[in-house]
Amino acid sequence: MGKVISVEHLSKYYRLGLVDRRTFRDDILVLWNRMTGKPDPYGRTQSEETGIWALKDVSFEVEQGERIGIIGFNGAGKSTLLKIFSRITAPTAGQIKIKGKVASLLEVGTGFHPELTGRENIYLNGTILGMKRSEIEKKFDEIVAFSEIGKFIDTPVKRYSSGMYVRLAFAVAAHLEPEILVVDEVLAVGDFAFQRKCLDKMEDVATGGRTVLFVSHNMGSINRLCNRAVLLRQGEVTAIGPTAAVINKYMKESIAGEAQYIQEPDPAKPMNLLEASVVNQEGVVGAQFGYDEPVTIRLKYEINQPVRGCYVGIELLTSIGVSVFTTADHDADVSMLEDRQPGVYESEVVIPREFLMPGEFMVRVWIADGFAVVAYERVDALRFSVMDTGTPGSHFGQDSRRSLLQPIFPWRTKGLD
Amino acid sequence: MHNLQKGVMTGKNEGTTQEQPQEVQWWTSVITPREKWYHLRLKELWEYRQLVWLFVRRDFVSAYKQTILGYFWFVFPPILAALASTFFYGNVISLPTDGLPPFLFYMSGTFMFNIFSNSFINTSNVFGQNANIFGKVYFPRLTIPLARVLIYLINVAVQFVLFIGFLVYFISIGADIQPNVWAFMLPVLLLMSVNMGLGPGLITSAMTARYRDLGQLVAFFTTLVTYVTPVVYPLSNVPEHLKIYFKLNPVTAIIETFRYGFLGQGVLDLGMLAYSFTVSFVFLLIGVFWFRSMESTFLDTV
Repeated sequence: MGKVISVEHLSKYYRLGLVDRRTFRDDILVLWNRMTGKPDPYGRTQSEETGIWALKDVSFEVEQGERIGIIGFNGAGKSTLLKIFSRITAPTAGQIKIKGKVASLLEVGTGFHPELTGRENIYLNGTILGMKRSEIEKKFDEIVAFSEIGKFIDTPVKRYSSGMYVRLAFAVAAHLEPEILVVDEVLAVGDFAFQRKCLDKMEDVATGGRTVLFVSHNMGSINRLCNRAVLLRQGEVTAIGPTAAVINKYMKESIAGEAQYIQEPDPAKPMNLLEASVVNQEGVVGAQFGYDEPVTIRLKYEINQPVRGCYVGIELLTSIGVSVFTTADHDADVSMLEDRQPGVYESEVVIPREFLMPGEFMVRVWIADGFAVVAYERVDALRFSVMDTGTPGSHFGQDSRRSLLQPIFPWRTKGLD
Repeated sequence: MHNLQKGVMTGKNEGTTQEQPQEVQWWTSVITPREKWYHLRLKELWEYRQLVWLFVRRDFVSAYKQTILGYFWFVFPPILAALASTFFYGNVISLPTDGLPPFLFYMSGTFMFNIFSNSFINTSNVFGQNANIFGKVYFPRLTIPLARVLIYLINVAVQFVLFIGFLVYFISIGADIQPNVWAFMLPVLLLMSVNMGLGPGLITSAMTARYRDLGQLVAFFTTLVTYVTPVVYPLSNVPEHLKIYFKLNPVTAIIETFRYGFLGQGVLDLGMLAYSFTVSFVFLLIGVFWFRSMESTFLDTV
């Protein structure tokens, strides 16, 4: 054991404005004007330089065998950190000390050439990623087997289907054996079965004593793969610690007042959705719920002319878009699909307490007529989050349950002797 | 166990004797803002020699797959170029050739000049053309220009065999050609032409990342150089008062020495050759250092 990565006061500054599509002529002109004391033709002076700190004084340490997840919003500095780790760009200040051989995967299939055969591309790609020839030779059969390419190995990859191409590319990457592995979200490749296989392979890598640095938007895979996480916000580390705690903090930060959605009615339409909101048991609109609170989704709509049926529905999705369930008002009352009179209506549905797994959810809402012709729909109308106020899994320290729902079902146990 | 192979020792043992001495850590690598300009990392480049070879193979295979003439592309262009030159410069404009068979004269000139111009043009857009792959993975960037030069050297080998073939033919039909020991300078001349092209190519490559219009100047510039280099005329034919400028052109000595060694005619001037040799290595060094210093921040500018 011991430290294998030490990030010390790492900062990266990107200049904006100065680095644009200027030509050689422009720069000569600027230089000439500066020398002759004339003002800059582009109206910029040295002190006016604007830029952004993509990373500001970032420090953390990683022990051998740890799996660190890097999370944060877009623009938080995740990619910049990854690029510095991969030595694609140099930091502005600070340093990273590394013990051991590093391989970084920002993309699968880097350097693949369509004219070359699968076999040739394995050697090229493997070498680009830092593998020795002998290493590739040793693992060659394993890579081919993993990719499921089989007899097409000597066919130029331009004749491959996109699925085969990605499988081959990932197979090479998966057989890298560095001491430290830096991975971007390259897991979302291929068909579902292959994704599964990749995740399993990643887990193998991670549990094999190797150190892994993983950057992803997918909290599910971060939660599954990493034991510790670093949360970045505008270039600074705002949290570092056990994955579940850091993800929780990230979730809290990501919730912005989207508990109510108001739609401008269109009088020409036979029906309009007016309002959608998430309300708590006191009837107050809010985006934060405890696991032990019911969540009510309330929809207000109007019918402008007599119609044959009018119904509203919602679909609950996780923050990354996985559908949890769908429900509509006619599920419980088929009369909604019969003739409806003009007027303003309000429908609400209650998601019971102790049902949703803590996390972030979004709600898709829609309104449709009796022939299921959707008059209006909004995918990301509402967002709310459920905090862990004591799920069964949380009683055992670090939560290992990863399901979307956490209902409490009755169990019956009896002695058999 | 600490890895003692190529570690950088950090972890200062600071403080007084009262304190526990800090654990000494050995790091395999340290990523810092800017490396010292003189760190060329040649050892690392050597470790990646396999990659250079694979790049050569990749470009070679992809360039000649699915072409009608295939490898004949190596053979035809130099012959056609020499024939065209013989016709236009020799028969239409009637430029003198120091008494040598025009065909061989032009072939020798373009052979050496093309090594320079191709090394220059092929390496002048390395950053631009590889921005995508450079943005995804690290490997010593110098592998790409090196591979480009090596690919052209395959071409050079074929052309050289052709040249020798024609040389033997012309001697056998009784042309006045006297190859001499200076022909053994060939490897040095090759190296000089490559350096002369690679150095400026690396400099331009680093600059085209910032100024896109510079890339278009490269081909134009090399065409201009053709006119002020004795490629299709001998240096002996240049008016005396202009000769000094032609001698200042470092490519001149390479071509004239090559002609002198293989054909027995041309200007052999050791001072000129030494000057050219020095310039070619100065170009190369400036190019390599410049390229290395741009490498780590190049991606921030595109």
